[in-house]
Amino acid sequence: MQQFANPTRFLSLANRALPAIWAVTLILFAIGLYGALVSAPPDYQQGETVRIMFVHVPAAWLAMLVYTVMALASAVAIIFRHPLADVAAKAAAPIGAVFCFLALTTGSLWGKPMWGAWWVWDARLTSMFVLFLLYVGYIAIWQAIEEPNRAAMIARIVALVGFINIPIVKFSVDWWNSLHQPASVFKMGGPSIDPSILWPLLVMGLAYSFLFLALHLMSMRSEIAARKLRNLQIARSGEA
Amino acid sequence: MTLLFALLRRDLILAARQGGGVGTALGFFLTVLVLLPIGIGPDQITLQRLAPGILWITLLLSVLLSADRIFQQDFEDGSLEVMAMAPASLELVALTKAMAHWLSTSLPLSIAAPFLGILLNLRSEIIWPLTLAMVLGSFALSLLASIGASLTLNLRRGGLLISILVLPLYVPVLVFGMSATTGNPEVIAPSLLILAAITLTSLVLAPIAAAAALRAYLK
Repeated sequence: MQQFANPTRFLSLANRALPAIWAVTLILFAIGLYGALVSAPPDYQQGETVRIMFVHVPAAWLAMLVYTVMALASAVAIIFRHPLADVAAKAAAPIGAVFCFLALTTGSLWGKPMWGAWWVWDARLTSMFVLFLLYVGYIAIWQAIEEPNRAAMIARIVALVGFINIPIVKFSVDWWNSLHQPASVFKMGGPSIDPSILWPLLVMGLAYSFLFLALHLMSMRSEIAARKLRNLQIARSGEA
Repeated sequence: MTLLFALLRRDLILAARQGGGVGTALGFFLTVLVLLPIGIGPDQITLQRLAPGILWITLLLSVLLSADRIFQQDFEDGSLEVMAMAPASLELVALTKAMAHWLSTSLPLSIAAPFLGILLNLRSEIIWPLTLAMVLGSFALSLLASIGASLTLNLRRGGLLISILVLPLYVPVLVFGMSATTGNPEVIAPSLLILAAITLTSLVLAPIAAAAALRAYLK
């Protein structure tokens, strides 16, 4: 069973690391939520509703980060043929899709009191919506192709072709005059947000990242288990 | 090179002789064009304002729905495997087939579409800018469609899956195509240039992606 040598090492590492990762996640969420809900000052214009930002912005960051992870994993799969790279990409997709959906819905809930509209078709919102469609397409291609190796090869291409959208999302608020807030954190010259609002935002971003890490490792574990199961079933039907 | 020209000729002749080529795509185009005023309402002013967008979107959908013909038939009868073993690289084969699709389907549609815009009360002064933008974008549409066709080769419900995979890639073509037709005059030339840039980029990158996908299915 040499084919499982690498995944076995990964599984033992993941099993040992996961409790610690969950602990860090919970602590970061506690600190971040305290900062977001209690210590950050209310906005002079928006009042208390500005606190949705601490949920909305990290979700959007993670939606883009997870797609980048998927594209990187697909590139590693193509170049180095690492056996776990496809597993990593496949496992990350549903998590990223949920983060993207969260970003869209929390943004919509924020937009109604702020802009008066549940949805506008400006560049940032449209490209995030397209990102959600890319996630859906990627998950669909894994489900549409039955043979796992071929599905992996096709999925890598789908992930890499769709990656062109990530820089478009990032820079859309700069390239097109937009209703959405322009870049305030990740831009040349550093963040332009007051520190009392910046640190809860960054802590929440870190908390979301650790949450993704924990969920991703668990998802990879179950994907490896599913593959082992499938191989065992094939072997058993071969012996019979 | 002669090999690729022979392949192009073969695909064009096949497209002309078999059904399901530009005739069917044009039929689909007309059908959608009939349905839309029924849904939107026959008000001439509304139709005139919406006409360029309607024509662009219907063009995108028509190209997309005819895309699975690019590789499917050759895959089914085994000629794609022979082409993969040919001296020409699979990337150039994919490019040639995308070009055949362009010449046989996208290009005729993009030339005819603005004139069918008369049905939607399209302003006559934007018929030529619209034609120019559509012709410039049509090659990119075929190239991007060839990526989708190669990714969903021989899949059930592949048609829907092509649409999900390729329509996000069509968004820039649509955005700049629309700004080239209905934007203010100083935006038209840059938009056409960006359309040309998108076409050139897909000319290089689309065959690479399509060939990689085809190799996955030919193993």
